[in-house]
Amino acid sequence: MIGGLFIYNHKGEVLISRVYRDDIGSQAADSAVFSSSGPFLGERLGANRRNAVDAFRVNVIHARQQVRSPVTNIARTSFFHVKRSNIWLAAVTKQNVNAAMVFEFLYKMCDVMAAYFGKISEENIKNNFVLIYELLDEILDFGYPQNSETGALKTFITQQGIKSQHQTKEEQSQITSQVTGQIGWRREGIKYRRNELFLDVLESVNLLMSPQGQVLSAHVSGRVVMKSYLSGMPECKFGMNDKIVIEKQGKGTADETSKSGKQSIAIDDCTFHQCVRLSKFDSERSISFIPPDGEFELMRYRTTKDIILPFRVIPLVREVGRTKLEVKVVIKSNFKPSLLAQKIEVRIPTPLNTSGVQVICMKGKAKYKASENAIVWKIKRMAGMKESQISAEIELLPTNDKKKWARPPISMNFEVPFAPSGLKVRYLKVFEPKLNYSDHDVIKWVRYIGRSGIYETRC
Amino acid sequence: MTDSKYFTTTKKGEIFELKAELNSDKKEKKKEAVKKVIASMTVGKDVSALFPDVVNCMQTDNLELKKLVYLYLMNYAKSQPDMAIMAVNTFVKDCEDPNPLIRALAVRTMGCIRVDKITEYLCEPLRKCLKDEDPYVRKTAAVCVAKLHDINAQLVEDQGFLDTLKDLISDSNPMVVANAVAALSEIAESHPSSNLLDLNPQSINKLLTALNECTEWGQIFILDCLANYTPKDDREAQSICERVTPRLSHANSAVVLSAVKVLMKFMEMLSKDLDYYGTLLKKLAPPLVTLLSAEPELQYVALRNINLIVQKRPEILKHEMKVFFVKYNDPIYVKLEKLDIMIRLASQANIAQVLAELKEYATEVDVDFVRKAVRAIGRCAIKVEQSAERCVSTLLDLIQTKVNYVVQEAIVVIKDIFRKYPNKYESVIATLCENLDSLDEPEARAAMIWIVGEYAERIDNADELLESFLEGFHDESTQVQLQLLTGIVKLFLKKPTETQELVQQVLSLATQDSDNPDLRDRGYIYWRLLSTDPVAAKEVVLAEKPLISEETDLIEPTLLDELICYIGTLASVYHKPPSAFVEGGRGVVHKSLPPRTASSESAESPETAPAGAPPGEQPDVIPAQGDLLGDLLNLDLGPPVSGPPLTTSSVQMGAVDLLGGGLDSLMGDEPEGIGGTNFVAPPTAAVPASLGAPIGSGLSDLFDLTSGVGTLSGSYVAPKAVWLPAMKAKGLEISGTFTRQVGSISMDLQLTNKALQVMTDFAIQFNRNSFGLAPAAPLQVHAPLSPNQTVEISLPLSTVGSVMKMEPLNNLQVAVKNNIDVFYFSTLYPLHILFVEDGKMDRQMFLATWKDIPNENEAQFQIRDCPLNAEAVSSKLQSSNIFTVAKRNVEGQDMLYQSLKLTNGIWVLAELRIQPGNPSCMLSLKCRAPEVSQHVYQAYETILKN
Repeated sequence: MIGGLFIYNHKGEVLISRVYRDDIGSQAADSAVFSSSGPFLGERLGANRRNAVDAFRVNVIHARQQVRSPVTNIARTSFFHVKRSNIWLAAVTKQNVNAAMVFEFLYKMCDVMAAYFGKISEENIKNNFVLIYELLDEILDFGYPQNSETGALKTFITQQGIKSQHQTKEEQSQITSQVTGQIGWRREGIKYRRNELFLDVLESVNLLMSPQGQVLSAHVSGRVVMKSYLSGMPECKFGMNDKIVIEKQGKGTADETSKSGKQSIAIDDCTFHQCVRLSKFDSERSISFIPPDGEFELMRYRTTKDIILPFRVIPLVREVGRTKLEVKVVIKSNFKPSLLAQKIEVRIPTPLNTSGVQVICMKGKAKYKASENAIVWKIKRMAGMKESQISAEIELLPTNDKKKWARPPISMNFEVPFAPSGLKVRYLKVFEPKLNYSDHDVIKWVRYIGRSGIYETRC
Repeated sequence: MTDSKYFTTTKKGEIFELKAELNSDKKEKKKEAVKKVIASMTVGKDVSALFPDVVNCMQTDNLELKKLVYLYLMNYAKSQPDMAIMAVNTFVKDCEDPNPLIRALAVRTMGCIRVDKITEYLCEPLRKCLKDEDPYVRKTAAVCVAKLHDINAQLVEDQGFLDTLKDLISDSNPMVVANAVAALSEIAESHPSSNLLDLNPQSINKLLTALNECTEWGQIFILDCLANYTPKDDREAQSICERVTPRLSHANSAVVLSAVKVLMKFMEMLSKDLDYYGTLLKKLAPPLVTLLSAEPELQYVALRNINLIVQKRPEILKHEMKVFFVKYNDPIYVKLEKLDIMIRLASQANIAQVLAELKEYATEVDVDFVRKAVRAIGRCAIKVEQSAERCVSTLLDLIQTKVNYVVQEAIVVIKDIFRKYPNKYESVIATLCENLDSLDEPEARAAMIWIVGEYAERIDNADELLESFLEGFHDESTQVQLQLLTGIVKLFLKKPTETQELVQQVLSLATQDSDNPDLRDRGYIYWRLLSTDPVAAKEVVLAEKPLISEETDLIEPTLLDELICYIGTLASVYHKPPSAFVEGGRGVVHKSLPPRTASSESAESPETAPAGAPPGEQPDVIPAQGDLLGDLLNLDLGPPVSGPPLTTSSVQMGAVDLLGGGLDSLMGDEPEGIGGTNFVAPPTAAVPASLGAPIGSGLSDLFDLTSGVGTLSGSYVAPKAVWLPAMKAKGLEISGTFTRQVGSISMDLQLTNKALQVMTDFAIQFNRNSFGLAPAAPLQVHAPLSPNQTVEISLPLSTVGSVMKMEPLNNLQVAVKNNIDVFYFSTLYPLHILFVEDGKMDRQMFLATWKDIPNENEAQFQIRDCPLNAEAVSSKLQSSNIFTVAKRNVEGQDMLYQSLKLTNGIWVLAELRIQPGNPSCMLSLKCRAPEVSQHVYQAYETILKN
């Protein structure tokens, strides 16, 4: 299991160090590590402990090359790391641990920290180091991850540690039963005057298209994010236009099947928040759960069939001699004319030896950004079934570099007010038998947002 | 509140200041001081001097302060064990606190204080906490048992904590169950033999129930534990699979991967005809693909695992090629892994797409990635024959880019393509030759030289090209030198008239001016070969080469099976068994997949019974590099005695290995050239001498050695007989014989592949037999056996296997497995391989024993046609460990009294009567186990007549 957890700043200085197991550091690094760690080597406590800390700094943070793997083995000690802005989180072990679990835990750790004090930065970590130690003590015991739901943690790990003394016995046992219980993500006794819930269907549509306009790969990865402000322990049931469910139901009336069949979508795969009863989904394909309070991600899904591609990019690149390139890019919007796409940005890469660029575009603003080696074309809004065009002349410096320009793909960003996968929320029913509000009393909001993921066209 | 200020105190004398603050009366000041101490500790300053002062702050009802003090304690208790005892009282008190959070905190922290003296005090509170009414305390106590076990394993056993922990598996709270499972699994790892987890259908059922209810982490612990269970039959396996599949939709990738592990493992037990098997295969693909939309680090873990899964069960992801296409912004480690999987999934159906992608990648920036992409194009050509032409033209396009490393990589793969499709694409050679000057990497230079040598007859200026390399011969790397030597010899054999000078030049460079033994030896071999028999040289050097196999970079199957058992863990990321990177005893237990056939016997868990693995699943098949070295050492130890042939088997095997293997590697691309079988030289008796002789002693000696193994020394060795004809074994022909050399018995096998496909993954097992013969080491076939290839193996045998009386007594039933099937045959082994070296009985003893054995146990045989005198007989028999105790001459007849002992301790006494002039002799045998007599007689006859 995880033997220790360290947090470093970008210089490689340790901000947080928690060692769970003795084996860490015993022989993790040789003397070379020490001599090279130079100025940090002041009056150190038991040198052993620090070895692993230093080994990671020297071999990964201070390494000259780009990181070649998120898992590094140095002297039989394995280091897992993730980076958030310029903060490094590293988990260390000497055993054959579950690697997927370690990374999931590191992400979770980031989420928990973000939930407590916002952005993960050196400043915030230093300001909250006592809290972080307290959290680490709770969510990782002897290297085994424990309940790490912020909802539960916030009930007893507070920034005002004094609170615990004023708890009654009932409160205490309520905390412990929640932390260890079947519904570890929600506490009892939540009350709202107005029962309300928000559903956001957030999709990112990914595309890789050949210069000829052939779809090389396209998929939508979507998330259903729910914000629930519901009283008590509500039992929820979520329904969408999942092809399998619709076909199962539609068996009775053939007419309806053909009608609704058009609107149903084939979901390649989906994963759920731990509140969803997976065995029930497996057997009946129904999504039922008791939601955590506040915002959480109910499900993620992936579709590859019948995707509505909101934009098409048609590139035309012509090399005029050795010092000039002519680029023409057309974008076409492909959705209902009544809808508006926003935040459209087309990024056209330019060669490294570009000396000057002249751009003409009919709509929006276009600029050559030398530091990014690209022409960035921004359009604020664009309705469906429209077309727009940009043309540019790129002057090149003559080089004797034999290597040809790699021609990175043209990428695009946008936001559209529909789900490119075609997913529709059919219902979200709420039952709370113990309290006197019914499904009808709950105010529900649904919103669809489609964003570009990696939306690229080769040129 | 800003705690960052604590990080900035670096002034001198701060320890004293802190000391004062710690002893302050004000609570707030105390807390501030402790925070400063912790901050200093984090940064790496030594604040252990404050130990007593900090521990004094422990007696507080402020939970935050208490936690800080505990943190300090965990860090420094080990360096101050005596003082740590001061804290014990508070811990014991806290374990009785009405607040469950404090009880849990105390028991959690106590376990982290790794001081032996404290552990004794820990036992009572821990026992109470394990039975606490609050689940939060119980789940913490469960982990504490694992902590305590890590400090003092004996104590945990003596105190009966393990049983309490086992009881917790039936706890009503799922999180307690999960932690108990985690703790037990860890403890079990350090006691591989104990059946700690005691998984049985009932406990499995409990775990599966808890699986639905516990946290994501708990689900991982439980799934990882389930994976260690071996269901008793396919029905049980299926029902577990059914209950595990819902986990594939979990948002936590680790839960998904652990579920995949359980399914992959248990699928092994399901019959492929089962509908459910197909359903399960279909269910596995989507979640695996979904893992690729996770964060990059997890994608990397997932891809490393998918790489294994694709090798084990390619059918799962065969239609999912597109998701492995590389994205421009993927981190490099994700890109490289995706590329690897793309090649594995490439097939005729998707090859066009794959090639288009690979071509795209070859223009990217990262050098490693580009190289790998180019290499991948070559691998596609080799894998999918239909695409070869397109691949070659793509590679030519890439060569035209003139990007140095692309060109070099392309040439290396084109060489492989030539080896797969000889004489098909030589039209490209001209283009390749144009780039000769730009090659600066040894691998590319060697590849180019190989191509020139191989196609020398079609390249007009081949001699010039090779000559140009020869100028800087000594600066080249060994790889290039060896290739150049072979290349020029090939050229000479093809165009002898113009290149005589060149070949002499290279031979003298290789043999006289080089310090490299490999190069020198190869040079000498060629030289001798060319000077003694050019025709043979042609046959050897220009022999038709076996085609290279389609799949490269495959993980060795037994290792793959083991790694499948470790899906999701570090082992699967490194593609190495845990023993390769975990120190000490932990996690070194080999895991293996459950046997496919549903058997009611093997209900034990694989952890406890690796022996229950099916034949050929021996975990240790990774060829040890030390093998040849070991043989070399033996070679030195064995005295090169002439006269009574006493050469040890290891000497022989060493020699064979050395020359067989050595020749292969010397000959580089012509492993078949000098395989030993082609050159049958007349057997000569006094060969061992040539071992020590200089290389110059002639090639014929070398060949003698390889072919003449059977005639060398030791006890008599029968010529190899065909045991398993190719017809009965799908193309695998096995012939063999048994030898005994200085106390060790071995089975010399010759495996010939007469099928059209490559054979790999060999293993052997014996049925129980009369004398407990069993393989002493796994069958090691180092390289896959290509069609028409023959390999000689000596399998050491031991006599400590299980014993069962066979009919006839010396019958041995053998099972041999390879990647195609399992084959069975039986053979009779000559009894004299069981005659031990200390079988000489002292005279008195002989007489007494002879009298002691009742007369009805005496058996008489006549050995005909044995025109030897007593001396010759005696010495001949002695070399097979039949010892002459006494000799008498009675009425003109020679009476030999002989003794021998079998490996299982049975003595056989013999009286051999030889009449000069009469070719027949009489043999009387006396033995307490008369059934062996017949076989001993047969042994006599074979020894004497050969």
